[in-house]
Amino acid sequence: MSKSQEPIVSCRGLKKWFSVSAGFFAQLVGGETYLKAVDGVDIDVYPEELYCLAGESGCGKTTTGKLLVGLIKPTEGEVIFGGENLDKVSRRRLRQLRAKMQTIFQDPYSSLNPRLSLYDTIAEPLRLNKIAQDGADEEERVVRALEAVQLVPASDFTFRYPHELSGGQRQRVAIARAIVVNPEFIVADEPVSMLDVSIRSEILNLLEKIRREFHIAYVYVTHDLSVASYIGDRIAIMYLGKIMEKGTIKQVIHGSVHPYSQALISAVPSPDPTISRKRKVLPGEPGSPINTPPGCLFAPRCEFAQEQCRRDEPLLEELEPGHWVACWFPRAPLRLGFDPADALKEKAKA
Amino acid sequence: MSLKVENLVVYYCMRRGDCRAVEDVTFEIESGDSVGLVGESGCGKSTVAFAILRMLPEPGEIMSGHIYFDGQDIARLSVEEMRSFRWTKIAMVFQGAMNALNPILRVSDQVSEAMLKHNEALTKEEAKEKTRELFKLVGMDPERIDHYPFEFSGGMKQRAMIVMALACDPKFLIADEPTTALDVTVQAQIMQLLKRLVKELGITLMLITHDLSVVAETCNNVIIMYAGKIVETGSVLEIFQKPWHPYAQGLIASIPSIEKSSDQTLASIPGSPPNLLDPPLGCRFHPRCIYAQDLCQVEDPPLLEVSRKHNAACHLASGRIKDDKWSPGKMEVE
Repeated sequence: MSKSQEPIVSCRGLKKWFSVSAGFFAQLVGGETYLKAVDGVDIDVYPEELYCLAGESGCGKTTTGKLLVGLIKPTEGEVIFGGENLDKVSRRRLRQLRAKMQTIFQDPYSSLNPRLSLYDTIAEPLRLNKIAQDGADEEERVVRALEAVQLVPASDFTFRYPHELSGGQRQRVAIARAIVVNPEFIVADEPVSMLDVSIRSEILNLLEKIRREFHIAYVYVTHDLSVASYIGDRIAIMYLGKIMEKGTIKQVIHGSVHPYSQALISAVPSPDPTISRKRKVLPGEPGSPINTPPGCLFAPRCEFAQEQCRRDEPLLEELEPGHWVACWFPRAPLRLGFDPADALKEKAKA
Repeated sequence: MSLKVENLVVYYCMRRGDCRAVEDVTFEIESGDSVGLVGESGCGKSTVAFAILRMLPEPGEIMSGHIYFDGQDIARLSVEEMRSFRWTKIAMVFQGAMNALNPILRVSDQVSEAMLKHNEALTKEEAKEKTRELFKLVGMDPERIDHYPFEFSGGMKQRAMIVMALACDPKFLIADEPTTALDVTVQAQIMQLLKRLVKELGITLMLITHDLSVVAETCNNVIIMYAGKIVETGSVLEIFQKPWHPYAQGLIASIPSIEKSSDQTLASIPGSPPNLLDPPLGCRFHPRCIYAQDLCQVEDPPLLEVSRKHNAACHLASGRIKDDKWSPGKMEVE
């Protein structure tokens, strides 16, 4: 990935507000209330990049993912895919573009149609988009997709049904279905959070392999920062519909400056009992995205909040190239536990 | 307040056959300890907890084995005797706090119900007062005891569940996945609270979870289960730094760590856990084990001590079979 390339997907000022007006009377009075699920998000995803959207539940990460593939229409703002504005193109063109963007959902137990064989499940997007030239071509593409997700030999799987598969295998089918149309961009929404630990890493490694092999850019929606730091290139940390901090994994996970990202990162448990981190436990829970307060959305939970934070909203500012933070008083970078492997590497460099 | 489980066998007897959910499980938890019972879904960890409380859902049944609580075998108690024992000696925080509270009862009523049932001398006012104290203990506003569950956030519901478990001053607490479905920041709050309860009230904690990282941060000792059997037990430090069982090694090497730089490679364990209606002969892990040999397919390895207070159930660990590629310790991933 290099910055000189054009981004494959980018969004500007993306907003999605859901109307939650109580009823007739509320509408009569005119006080329309909105749930601001996504409120002004800008991101650029470059080819073959893995961009993570992370945050707690209700922060708008999934909604952003859906907006990026045009599954829902934004209230405001635009999504540009390969130079074309999804909101401006004709319906026909949108259909064509959609074949280039795919989604992988969280729950492989409900995202596959139980009455379709794996062959039909995977061939369905080919048929919808009229991609295969004939039956033989279709079969070849399905087999290739099954092989790419390591469900081999493919002939063992084509006529099975989802109920015959384990969770990990089902998620592989969901991935095969996404890549069969040769997409350029995939939104993966928590694809491993329903899976067991020993199977999770297999799927993560598979997603990585597919990214390199098929040159696919991903937006990876997750609440798990350790997964994000394992698989991601860049990351945006969201809170109540807004981006708090974004940048490369190194900048954000290994040197966060926003009090919220710092709290989120220090809350992640470590699998190494020898690393004792100074844990800062953030009190409270995210507020409601309805009727958000003025100023910084995180201010009510922030221990460093000052007068200005409650009055004016901080905008994203670039602290160093690529590292953006929305905070009036960024903290000193949070360095994570000492890693001997890193220290050795740095020694070798010097 | 020690718990000793000996050769526990629990089956779910169904028309399709017996689901051998827990087979020959033996472990001991000392007073004041905090122990993590970990494993993947379907490994029998929750079944062990329900068996200890004698609350196995139908058609689960303790087929054999003993559960000694302070020397008394509670697997042999009658239903009536068990009822007075449950909640006053051992209590449980259930999985899925979001749905475990009754939505149409005030939280205070739900908590005091348990108190009043177990202590007939207690008046309603006293029970309420105690609920207030418990709310303070878990870091909630005591003014909110009369609220309904829908007025609570996820983290507060989980705290209310802990209050309910503490209602009759138990000395042994089983927490079954207390933080699944909660956000990381709230998870950290709840874990901190559980740790504090162990420290301040001298409660013995058995934490059931699939998340090894949570165990690494919260517990002193670990029991790892696979397909209804214990594969390894030991102190957190021993297990995480020098796992012996190939399953434990693979499991530990497959957790991403936020501390590591991004060029780490995660191990994975190919295949999936066996069907417990018809578990494989020999070691239940052998179909997925990269070191499996003939012996593993026919003989089930017993849980043996490999170093002080560290047990593993593997023929490699006991030295019955050899493999040059295997050695105790963290798995190296290329």
